[in-house]
Amino acid sequence: MPKLLKDQQIRNDDFQIRQQGPKEPFLPEGNVLLHVSSIVHAIKANGQHKGQVGIWFDSSDEPETVTHTLNQFPVIAVNFPGFFDGRGYSLARLLRERWDYQGDLRAIGDILVDQLYYLKRCGFSSFRLREDQNPDYALAALTTFSGNYQTAADQSIPVYRLRHQL
Amino acid sequence: MYKYDDYDQQIVDERVLQFKDQTRRFLAGVLPEEEFLPLRLQNGLYVQRFAPMLRIAIPYGMVSSTQMRKLAHIARRYDKGYVHFTTRQNLQLNWPRLEEVPEILAALASVQMHAIQTSGNCIRNTTTDQFAGVAHDEIIDPRPWCEIIRQWSTLHPEFAYLPRKFKIAVCSSEQDRAATQVHDIGIHAFLNENNNVRFKILAGGGLGRTPMVGSVIKPSLEPEHLLSYLDAVLRVYNRYGRRDNKYKARIKILIKALTPEVFADKVETEWSYLKETAARLPHQEIDRVQSFFSEPDYEELTNINLTDLALSAEPDFQLWLRRNVHPHKKPGYSAVTLTLKATADAPGDASAEQLEAISDLADQFSFGELRVSHEQNLIFADVPQNRLHELWLKLRPLNLATPNQGLLTDMICCPGGDFCALANARSIPLAKSIQRRFDNIDFLHDIGELDLNISGCMNACAHHHVGHIGILGVDRKGEEYYQVQVGGASGHDASLGKILGPSFKMDEVPDVIDKILRTYVELRTPEERFIDTCRRVGVQPFKEKVYAKVA
Repeated sequence: MPKLLKDQQIRNDDFQIRQQGPKEPFLPEGNVLLHVSSIVHAIKANGQHKGQVGIWFDSSDEPETVTHTLNQFPVIAVNFPGFFDGRGYSLARLLRERWDYQGDLRAIGDILVDQLYYLKRCGFSSFRLREDQNPDYALAALTTFSGNYQTAADQSIPVYRLRHQL
Repeated sequence: MYKYDDYDQQIVDERVLQFKDQTRRFLAGVLPEEEFLPLRLQNGLYVQRFAPMLRIAIPYGMVSSTQMRKLAHIARRYDKGYVHFTTRQNLQLNWPRLEEVPEILAALASVQMHAIQTSGNCIRNTTTDQFAGVAHDEIIDPRPWCEIIRQWSTLHPEFAYLPRKFKIAVCSSEQDRAATQVHDIGIHAFLNENNNVRFKILAGGGLGRTPMVGSVIKPSLEPEHLLSYLDAVLRVYNRYGRRDNKYKARIKILIKALTPEVFADKVETEWSYLKETAARLPHQEIDRVQSFFSEPDYEELTNINLTDLALSAEPDFQLWLRRNVHPHKKPGYSAVTLTLKATADAPGDASAEQLEAISDLADQFSFGELRVSHEQNLIFADVPQNRLHELWLKLRPLNLATPNQGLLTDMICCPGGDFCALANARSIPLAKSIQRRFDNIDFLHDIGELDLNISGCMNACAHHHVGHIGILGVDRKGEEYYQVQVGGASGHDASLGKILGPSFKMDEVPDVIDKILRTYVELRTPEERFIDTCRRVGVQPFKEKVYAKVA
């Protein structure tokens, strides 16, 4: 089972990710993530289904059309088809900062330890690690830097404000 | 010049530790090459034809004598005793060992330097006018803004995996010496009618395969919103820039596809959400950064008549005064170019010994600071005019007083096929054969101002499209050939050169240049520079001369 880094802990990620499809998705028992194209079904299932229901966005998806529904879901995931596809960083910041998503924002797909620090800064709160990744490195990677030059979606105060105690 | 505080130092130190660990995992076989690749690139490390190449950032071209001595030490200890200055105002080591790169980065951090984001699909080193702070036509000093941008772009978490590289240049004088129109973002500082600083923002310029001049996307921006506005531009690019084809992935392609107006609207919408957040720059920080760029302790001097000075000394000194000495905003001071373009040296190369000697001279003549220009030269920005002759006497034995600044032999040249894995053709041997052919200084001065740029491939590191004469190395069935174009220019009146016709072999190129120059000499009016004649007569007369059949 894939490993999930969340709240400074590594555990098994028991969420099943349903791929994008034209038909009404079959919901297996337990925690599940549906693609945003099935958001109507996800909203319907949410609360009735045995287990948590969340939605996921691919890096090319545009959450703009569904922003008012986001906070119904306990988990929202953003997929990284490859670690070099940087669109998910912007999506995460938008989900957190513009559309005010409060739940667990999860990075899924090609998630490697060397990208975790930036992912965290952009607002991700949990990380479904690619299976070959070493969980010990993952924990350490979250604290690589003790200061940051920019504002982002984490609570870090940028250096240009810290310097003046703003 | 900017000095790190504890925050800056800690970020750079932590970056060294991070890369040390990544290199260790790579060497241990835990981190595969394709995953190590973007990590090493964003620490300046390429793997090239013969060896790794490390590109070290010289933010906006400013370097102190202390830093320069450390670079000389690094060149000697970890490389073959010389360095190469690039067209991005950076410095490259051509022969470092991969295992030693973390050590080199630690040595750099000890003098407040780094190699962060000098490569890779991220925001690169911000560049500006090499005469910033001393130029007579300067409106404001661009360097504080470059430093503010440097900090914002350093380890920006949202923009480390862009579709492609991203380059920003700042200019704040009447003459654009930073080629801002051919950058992904060009920033022009100006004073509005109330004497307040404002920025005009251009986007979508660039060279490479599809050269384009940037479009204005924001005519006037308040400085405190600079970072949020940049965030907005980068976010639109990060989300919508093409990722399916690396040759169509630069922001210029997106802006062309959307049109500059639509792109600007998208940015404006994005920015409306960002501008009133903590991304707004506090004035305390603007003041703090500006305080590092206050004037050095200039003496009270008066201007010397340089013509009189020239007549009192050697003829070579006169040429040098004319070409390599530049006006300065302070009476009695001049800026001086040390061209790294002596015949038989690869353009932009300097030895460790030269760097050390230059550092000593910078301490004696120019407040211990130097600049790197995008023409791959070094500059002493603050030399008292009454010591120009003394400086010249000291530069001459170092082979650093070649009086060719801005002339044909002061060419811009990429490392080419001798070093670079991307190149189609070599550029350094061609540069050398051109320098050898045209080493008559009187002829060069008669030809006058001429930018000759040589790129070894269409990635255009030497900006051949904006050279008055541009040369591009191409591959024809495995053989090196060179395409020649004329009429390009950088600066406020930027234009792209036009290709003359079929390409040439390396040994034919000096003759081709000779024919181009002779055409110019025949056609010019007394006051015309090469580029002026090109613009007036077009490419045709040059073409006819170059391709004329011998009767």
